[in-house]
Amino acid sequence: MTDASAAALPAPPPARRARISFAWVGIVPFLAFAVLFLIMPTLHIVTGAFRNPAGEFTLVNIANLFQPSIIAAYWISIRISVASAFLGCLIGFMLAWAVVLGGLPGWVRSPLLTFSGVASNFAGVPLAFAFLATFGRLGLVTLILRDWFGINLYGMGFNILSFGGLTLTYLFFQIPLMVLIVTPALDGMRREWREAASILGATSFQYWRMVALPILWPTLLGTFALLFANSFGAVATAYALTGSSLSIVPILLFAQIRGDVLQDPHLGYALAFGMIVITGIANFVYIWLRARSERWVK
Amino acid sequence: MKANRFWSWAFLALGVLYFALPLIGTFEFSMKMRRGVYSLDAYWAVLADPRFQATFTYSVMMALATIVVGVLLVVPTAYWVRLKLPGWRPYLEFVTLLPLVIPPIVIVFGYIRLYNTSSWLPLTGTALGTNILLMFGYVVLSLPYMYRAVDTGLRAIDVRTLTEAAESLGAGWLTIMWRVILPNVLVAVLSGAFLTFAIVIGEFVLAALLNRPAFGPYLQLIGANRAYEPAALAVIAFAITWGCMALIQVVSRFAPRAPTQPH
Repeated sequence: MTDASAAALPAPPPARRARISFAWVGIVPFLAFAVLFLIMPTLHIVTGAFRNPAGEFTLVNIANLFQPSIIAAYWISIRISVASAFLGCLIGFMLAWAVVLGGLPGWVRSPLLTFSGVASNFAGVPLAFAFLATFGRLGLVTLILRDWFGINLYGMGFNILSFGGLTLTYLFFQIPLMVLIVTPALDGMRREWREAASILGATSFQYWRMVALPILWPTLLGTFALLFANSFGAVATAYALTGSSLSIVPILLFAQIRGDVLQDPHLGYALAFGMIVITGIANFVYIWLRARSERWVK
Repeated sequence: MKANRFWSWAFLALGVLYFALPLIGTFEFSMKMRRGVYSLDAYWAVLADPRFQATFTYSVMMALATIVVGVLLVVPTAYWVRLKLPGWRPYLEFVTLLPLVIPPIVIVFGYIRLYNTSSWLPLTGTALGTNILLMFGYVVLSLPYMYRAVDTGLRAIDVRTLTEAAESLGAGWLTIMWRVILPNVLVAVLSGAFLTFAIVIGEFVLAALLNRPAFGPYLQLIGANRAYEPAALAVIAFAITWGCMALIQVVSRFAPRAPTQPH
């Protein structure tokens, strides 16, 4: 800096440059960590999806995804994710609505939110055990329904190791996540809006259709996208629940990495790339819609 | 309004039923090991299993190491960004959110390919190297929660004034971090740490694919081979998760609130 002023150069630019380069150093450890253990591994997978074993560019791996068994795996993954995200949004919204606007006493709210915090983090292998012990062939609910009501769940075609069973299980962490996200949004709904609508003669239905839902829909749709990505990437619950009997994409990829099936590692890259694309789209929809919905919540 | 309240109670009752049934069912199932009577046999069987003790200890150690490394990485960075590089905040926030976008199984797949024995950094070649890699993977998984918690904590204090005050009293950077910033964001750090603990303790995918003897793969193994012990383990895991969340609640009562600090 003394050199710069001695040479009678305009002082600000060198000074600013010097400060930026110095401050930048402070986050180098973090950036190095992120590059080494988050960005590079992901990029390695993404570029691997477009390379053949010799390292040349190819679209064969991506094209190989379009074989019936893999398409079927993606399709059932997407169906489970859509179903659990949709039901999670719907039921979570109703629960949050009941607590925030439905006239329930105030003491209900805090336990519900605390429990939601716990349940939204209670995923993985133990969750699968819990549902096996409850809805499995010898589970509590199965036995109660059989002995007390004469309903044979498994006779009716229900199976915990299936599309319906997995969706039911995923709801255990999807609903609480929705409650946690949508409760602040419902808190932001001003009482005045409802009063203004009813003074103008709107019915309750009209208020929801023309005022509340237009304000809430970015939150609802965004959370739907988040819940979708949340269940699309979940492996542990499904693996502990079904072993490898239900071929959803994460389990297929898990088996491929373990070396059980599909001896072509580049097909594994393509599988993983497909997962990133789908969860990536869902998350960007979430972030984008969230930014939109924050205009209303001050 | 009456009908409204009726429906609210109905929804709440259905919700409570859905969330209570698996917990009750699991608890009931876990006590059925001895035929005919309820007993805690499954719990004793689990607790006496040396593999339970070994894997649980391993995962606890992993969680603690993850928390230490995560804090060392996140606190100085978040502080530095708030103080000197506010323009970088959105980008850093984006990076810390990436682990929510990229499924963990994809990240660990990348690790296996990138850090295998024939690569430039053969971390998976030795047990210690693999442990370190797994720990870094856990730091990545906890990044979104840790960074958000610390950043929120930093928002509640006046970083610039505190730093300038400490500097004018002659404190160096290490002293500022250790004796000024960290105590002020300790509550935020602790809530991030408890959440990290809850995530790491039962994590399955990373540990299974890196082939480490952690608690998650042990759970899965027991689940595939036993009848009653998994239910007991699920109850224990739920209790741990609940304990971590309860500690977050307790700790966050002591959080400093921005407007209450007179400057």
